[in-house]
Amino acid sequence: MAESVSTETAEAPFMTTRWTGLVEAIRSKAYWLTILFLSLIAAAGAAAGVHAKLIGSLEAYGASREIPWGILISTYVFFAVTSTGLCIVSASGHVFGVKVLAPVAKRALFLAVATILGGFFVIFFEIENPFRMAIYNVVSPNLTSNIWWMGTLYGAFIVFATVEYYLLLRRKYRYAVMVGFVGVIVDIAANSNLGAVFGMLGGHEYWYGPFMPIYFIASAMMSGVGAIILFSLAAYKIGREKMEPAMKRALEVTTRIASLLIAVILFFTVWNFITGFAGSIAKQAAIDSLLTGPYAFNFWVLEMGIGMIIPLVLFVKSKGTNLGMMALGSAMMMFGIFFMRYDLVVVGQIVPLQYDLEVNEYQGLLSYTPSWHEIAVVIGGIALVGLFFLLGERAFGGHKVEAHEGGEH
Amino acid sequence: MNISSRIPDQPEPDKNGIIPEMERRQFLKLGLAITGIFAGGTLLSAASVVDQVFASRQEFADQYPYKPHYSMVIRQDNCIDCERCIEACAATNHVPEYGYRTRILEQVHTESANRRIEFIPVLCNQCNNPACVRACPTKATYKDQQNGIVRVDKEKCIGCKTCMSACPNNGRYYNEETKSVDKCDFCFETRLSKGETLTACAEACPAKVRIFGDLSDPQSEVYQRVHDIEKAVWVQRPETGVKPNVFYTKG
Repeated sequence: MAESVSTETAEAPFMTTRWTGLVEAIRSKAYWLTILFLSLIAAAGAAAGVHAKLIGSLEAYGASREIPWGILISTYVFFAVTSTGLCIVSASGHVFGVKVLAPVAKRALFLAVATILGGFFVIFFEIENPFRMAIYNVVSPNLTSNIWWMGTLYGAFIVFATVEYYLLLRRKYRYAVMVGFVGVIVDIAANSNLGAVFGMLGGHEYWYGPFMPIYFIASAMMSGVGAIILFSLAAYKIGREKMEPAMKRALEVTTRIASLLIAVILFFTVWNFITGFAGSIAKQAAIDSLLTGPYAFNFWVLEMGIGMIIPLVLFVKSKGTNLGMMALGSAMMMFGIFFMRYDLVVVGQIVPLQYDLEVNEYQGLLSYTPSWHEIAVVIGGIALVGLFFLLGERAFGGHKVEAHEGGEH
Repeated sequence: MNISSRIPDQPEPDKNGIIPEMERRQFLKLGLAITGIFAGGTLLSAASVVDQVFASRQEFADQYPYKPHYSMVIRQDNCIDCERCIEACAATNHVPEYGYRTRILEQVHTESANRRIEFIPVLCNQCNNPACVRACPTKATYKDQQNGIVRVDKEKCIGCKTCMSACPNNGRYYNEETKSVDKCDFCFETRLSKGETLTACAEACPAKVRIFGDLSDPQSEVYQRVHDIEKAVWVQRPETGVKPNVFYTKG
């Protein structure tokens, strides 16, 4: 399939046309008002985060001794995992030679950086002493710590991705491919370590085991394709641009991949739960909370319904060509995935560590409710990613991709 | 829990914690190594016999070469929940209202023939294979090479709380005053390093529940109790493989 398309990509007209629609759009008031609006929301999120730091997380955040990781961590996971997915989409297009995906490669790379920066924004306010982190991550690294590797590798990824994007702009494609190759490996390693942050915590039975890093990479691809469909369609909507055939084809293929990956994650979820029922009572309690307990709405409606089943139906019905259905499907998908991450992080902690001990203190499930400070920081992070997206479209002319043949080798 | 009962054809202990004879012999051989026998749906039995422990002593000493090797044995059934240990701990270590380094859990046995309530004092287990130390990104929490205590270098703590998530026993909390994760250090900073020989909780306990001492010294009471074949000894959450240095027993 890729072969037949590659010729189409090579002669696609969009490579030479100017994106006049976008130029008009960015001059419009609506564009700048949106920029202003998103900036204010991001600033409000940052202000909430700074205020939380001043009054202390104990008072400002909903997280606790028993549930130390709340919505800030889950939002970080949401952004970081999406970033890896976008990086894989990008690398498929311009590093690994899946030419049909080439038209989305540059935008995906840019958004991979934008989303991880959104993640860093959120986690900056989660980490109690971020300035100590800057020092001691360097002078006192613990190489057995997954969270050390995760943070360091995602940090390195930003550097590689930025250099890669710069090389693409300068049309130094051969170097861009080399840097992109290293970048995607670093990013996948970062993502796996993020999975292992949870998977290697033996005290939490819902997380513990090799499932997490494997699930995280499959999940990354799912949210990566969801994000690139959503952002590409949004870019064309904003630019009021007629979509070029090669871009249409890229999104058609991406939509098919999205359907496949939703099926993969459904499969993973089913087996994670079925094996859980043969496991410890703590893991069963966590799964029960999702199936029939306090997280049942999140699981069935937000994760399964909005995050996977309806998008899957929409994607299949759209045949990859009905852009309205694809836009709706991918938007629902990203919304659902946000709660998928939330449930993953929170449900992993709601079963008390001493549940098996059957003591009065730990009879039922623990509870966590995000505080307004936490929610404000999360919304600020989302606004920041939206802001980067809009600015990026303007600054880099819609992330236009030219055929690699046209550049310097 | 009746660990000497014999049920030949049952490889695993049942819900009442009955452990077959062969199984028992097997784990007795392990000496101090803590095996994964699940007892009573709660804690694990770990027992040792003196000669077998001596046989494994070198191996043990090589792996955990602490001198002294601080350890605590908790005589669970002696605890009356007076909470003097918690008060002494908080006063000694400046533990804030919202936190605790040690607490007492309450276990109710509705179907018990005699005692219905048991109190279970809990604290950091100062594990030999601590999950928190592995997970900490900056080595802010570390195993003291001299005495085996799991300590925290407050200056290095970035407050990511991974150690809190990693600890299988809920031994840690974030201290807003010190801007660092805080935990029991067997009173090393406040007492042991200043020449005291007991932790504040052990000293304050009126019922001699908390026996504190050097596990590498065969003359010490902790050593004697951990290596007493007549008594069941167990640890919390053995399945996590962290190898605690806080042991539980009765009598």
